Amino acid sequence: MTASSDRTVSLRRAAITVVIAAGLYEAFARSGAFPPALLPTLPTIARRLFDMIADGSMLHHVLYTLYRMLFGFGLAIVFALPLGILMGRYRPVERFVLPLASALMPIPSLAWVPVFILWFGLGNTVSVLIVFYAAMFPLLLNAWSGVRSINQIWLRAAGAMGADERALFWKVIIPGTSPFIITGLRQAFLRAWIAVVGAEMLAASDWGLGWVIYDAKEFLNTDVMMASLAVIGCIGFMFERVVFGSLERATVLRWGMMRMAKS
Amino acid sequence: MSNSPAASVLPAASATVDAQTDARWRVALRNLFPFAVVGALWEVTAHVGVFPRRLFPPLEDVVATLVRLTASGILPHHVFDTMVRLLTGFAIAAVVGVAIGIAMGRSRRAEDIVLPLVSIGAPIPGIAYAPLFMLWFGLGNVGAVLLVGFVSAFPVIFNTWTGVKAVKEIWVRSAQAMGADNRRLFRHVILPGALPYVLTGLRLGLAQAWRILVVVEMLAAVPWGLGWLIFGAREFLNTDVMLAGIAVIGAIGLALEHFVFKRLEDFTVVRWGMMVS
Repeated sequence: MTASSDRTVSLRRAAITVVIAAGLYEAFARSGAFPPALLPTLPTIARRLFDMIADGSMLHHVLYTLYRMLFGFGLAIVFALPLGILMGRYRPVERFVLPLASALMPIPSLAWVPVFILWFGLGNTVSVLIVFYAAMFPLLLNAWSGVRSINQIWLRAAGAMGADERALFWKVIIPGTSPFIITGLRQAFLRAWIAVVGAEMLAASDWGLGWVIYDAKEFLNTDVMMASLAVIGCIGFMFERVVFGSLERATVLRWGMMRMAKS
Repeated sequence: MSNSPAASVLPAASATVDAQTDARWRVALRNLFPFAVVGALWEVTAHVGVFPRRLFPPLEDVVATLVRLTASGILPHHVFDTMVRLLTGFAIAAVVGVAIGIAMGRSRRAEDIVLPLVSIGAPIPGIAYAPLFMLWFGLGNVGAVLLVGFVSAFPVIFNTWTGVKAVKEIWVRSAQAMGADNRRLFRHVILPGALPYVLTGLRLGLAQAWRILVVVEMLAAVPWGLGWLIFGAREFLNTDVMLAGIAVIGAIGLALEHFVFKRLEDFTVVRWGMMVS
């Protein structure tokens, strides 16, 4: 059996599974064993999703969530990456920051939500800060271990060839650390994506994907929940594949520091 | 220092022991220093009175609250309920996840059937399912435990699947050539071979379960539980209770990571020489 026909068999089986699963769900939903408010049929969900996209409310929710997410994520990048690199380069910084980071890391970011609500009130600030907290540690630790894992020979070679501190930083340390930083960005994104949805549920605001799911519970709008779940899944999947995939291709894969995983 | 040809003469040996305890003290002090600085800053901010004391309690208040809640038995009750939920949910995830993962790794058919479903469910953050689970299974324990199990099953499934597929083909063939039947092959080759991955999956799953559980307890209105302890304290502006609860949550998270899984790894894969501790 050749590889390509192997693949088509897998694809066909995958398609069949999805169709069967959808069919089973549909049968359950229509059987009347469960109230339709709790188990809406697939056409109902699709129609609701379409309505929400058509009247612009879904776009509004998505934009709010992305705004909080990217704001917090950006703050984490600006703060944690330089700090992580400093930790890797300078011993005193490492000795000061590392114990604090290891003490704070095991605390789930969402545990801070009640405290942040008291301190900053309901609204955007809480979500942004929670995202910041969630995204910070993977970035910090990956940047730190990335700098420490740089081959000493590269540093010495660059030094011997007369690179000054700045050239060393931009030409050796940053490219050498980049596979770790990209891993850190990936992990940080996953954490932040969970954090933003959870924070929106707890720190109720008027817009946002987490809020709309939680709010739909009050009115038994299961179709709204499922539609939003689908959108959340799609955005997460897109970021993972498209954004980080292309980032990887443009940097570390092109520089030959990492090989594409065999699929 | 380390490359001196040491330890043949007794006085020298005792000197190194002294130096070792000395070095250990220095490391402990060095690790405590940042906490002392941050703690001092916190104390100064709290006592200067820029923020109301209710919202920004000094550390001695937090410690006093921690002691008071522990002594009165309230905190242990919260911890106990949370741990029961965590372990029940995680046990479901571990059993179901490992079973599905092994099936996926061993049989092509199972892989083709399950993988699309798992790949559709995985990119949605677990917490987003919480309201749905609450509608389906009601507020309280059932929904919380099932959600924790559901969410932490994904990393277990993925890692077990990878682990089973990563067992070297040569090991399987040589065991078969030596006449191992299917059951022996599974027990003596595949299971130990996949174990490092399975343990990684369990570890990730438990961390995931812990993070989700804290939020679920806030949302699901359970009467007891650490998540509820800190979320409920919001109503009464008890910031000291919240901070004490967060400290306990962090300590439990650290303990789960360091004691449970470190031990398990030392006993299995490290002892078998499959991984360096």
